[in-house]
Amino acid sequence: MSKHSMPKRARFDPISAPDFLPPSQLGELQLQRLQNMVAQAYHQVALFRGRMGERGLKPGDIQSLDDITRLPFCDKADLRDSYPFGLFASPMSEIVRLHASTGTTGKPIVVAYTQQDVDVWTNVMCRSFAACGLHRGDIIQNAYGYGLFTGGLGAHYGAEALGATVIPISGGNTQRQIMVLKDFKVTAICCTPSYFLHLIDQAAELGVNLKDLPLRAGVFGAEPWTESMRRRIEQDSGIKAYDIYGLSEIIGPGVAMECPCQAGPHIFEDFFYPEVIDGATGKPCPEGVEGELVLTTLSKHAMPMIRYRTRDITALTSEPCGCGRTLRRIKRISRRSDDMIIIRGVNVYPSQIETALLQVEGALPHYQIILTREKGLDEMEVQVEVTQDVFSDTVGGLEQLQARLTKSIETTTGLRPRVRLIQPRSIQRSEGKAKRVIDQRKM
Amino acid sequence: MKLKQLSLFLENKPGALSAPVKLLAEANINILTLSIAEARQYGILRLLVRDWKAAKRLLEKNGLLVKATDVLAIEVADRPGGLAGVLAALEEAGINLEYMYAFTLKRDSKGLLLFGFDGPDKAIGALKKHKIHVVGNAELFKRLEG
Repeated sequence: MSKHSMPKRARFDPISAPDFLPPSQLGELQLQRLQNMVAQAYHQVALFRGRMGERGLKPGDIQSLDDITRLPFCDKADLRDSYPFGLFASPMSEIVRLHASTGTTGKPIVVAYTQQDVDVWTNVMCRSFAACGLHRGDIIQNAYGYGLFTGGLGAHYGAEALGATVIPISGGNTQRQIMVLKDFKVTAICCTPSYFLHLIDQAAELGVNLKDLPLRAGVFGAEPWTESMRRRIEQDSGIKAYDIYGLSEIIGPGVAMECPCQAGPHIFEDFFYPEVIDGATGKPCPEGVEGELVLTTLSKHAMPMIRYRTRDITALTSEPCGCGRTLRRIKRISRRSDDMIIIRGVNVYPSQIETALLQVEGALPHYQIILTREKGLDEMEVQVEVTQDVFSDTVGGLEQLQARLTKSIETTTGLRPRVRLIQPRSIQRSEGKAKRVIDQRKM
Repeated sequence: MKLKQLSLFLENKPGALSAPVKLLAEANINILTLSIAEARQYGILRLLVRDWKAAKRLLEKNGLLVKATDVLAIEVADRPGGLAGVLAALEEAGINLEYMYAFTLKRDSKGLLLFGFDGPDKAIGALKKHKIHVVGNAELFKRLEG
């Protein structure tokens, strides 16, 4: 029997009921939650109160869902500026969990959850797994990192709530991942799509053909990916690759998830209200037109977000989906508005370079990416300020550092950079967002 | 026994070396000895001064990357085989020498070399065993004055 022989709606898990709400009922629920959330944010968070005040807005002015467009935006800079607890709308005695993600300026972004928030997160992650056909009896290998990153624990709680068997293996240690996949008869895996591609390659080297294993689904997210990556994953491993979307600022993974139709993630609109705007003007985009995704949390108590600008580029559609869900869908996120660069046709994000530098140095050094074109070929030079922590007083030690940085960047981006070690304070510091990319290519 | 040497990371560009040298000169800090290790894009300036803490503070305040490391000043006979004897003692103990450079000082037909090891304490033991004289701070400064 093929591992995909089950019909699309083999089982209905009652937890998925909100996925199928009639739009009018969903709208009522959204408005009620929006009004409560805006009131809490206004009364508890100085930033939201101040911004609404500037526009002469009071919580009572939100009378319909359309009124949401009257509310001010917020973004990552607000989280950074209010580090660590400035945007909390609940007292610490109500907060049961803190997570954090690495920021570009060294300080992480902190996010908080009340018990109710954790329950909502568990709910949407559980519905995410159910949406792609997983259920009690499935064995889920959770290779998202456990820790401050939201991926690991988010997926863990959701999978347990589903009644599945969870293997909290966390990220890394590829050989062990493959051994567990095989020996524990794993049926689904959660990780980043690029890591799964790596697993496919490594498994082949170890003589393991993933197509022979019971593994039938992958829940992939936490980074932008493309349809061609999905095709490669599905062809090479014989599993179905599902796109899950989320971000710590909103809740973590579980903001949106694909169904078996694989036609873009459905947003769990009963908890997260989506808009797509023109990034330059802030005006809403017509349905189907690409723009920046803006999300509002409808029920978050510890840290509500009003019109959070995700910088992720997508389009929203309310076209009916074959699965019967009434939740709107977004197009797969494969790029971000603010920071992508294309080098030799490869999309590279400064965030990838950061990840690579962090892996080697443990702390993020000041760096700059210089792009040039030599003989018609793009060259990427990454200049990295040497810090006290990594400065070894021998040339050999520095050469080793340079080699490790080069390798790490090549592994994360697929491009071999020239890494240049430079003196501290050589890169110009800026007041606002650091200028990470200097593009000297003559197009 | 051990001396503190300052190592500076310098990019390979015009003016890179003169910046710290000028700073030390303006602060009236004398460089006792120095060496430069160079790679293609950068170099490491290693130097010895009397008050290394003050020098380090000064250089760091001006944005330079400075590391203080332990080195040994070892007396080497100024005759054929003088250095070979010292190296043999180290080799015997399995001690890895990372770099060395010299002082212009010479006394009683003995020269003075600075050695950098990954484990200087182990080196001291090995040298003592062979009665090779390691010159400490106090003695070094006295000699420099004399």
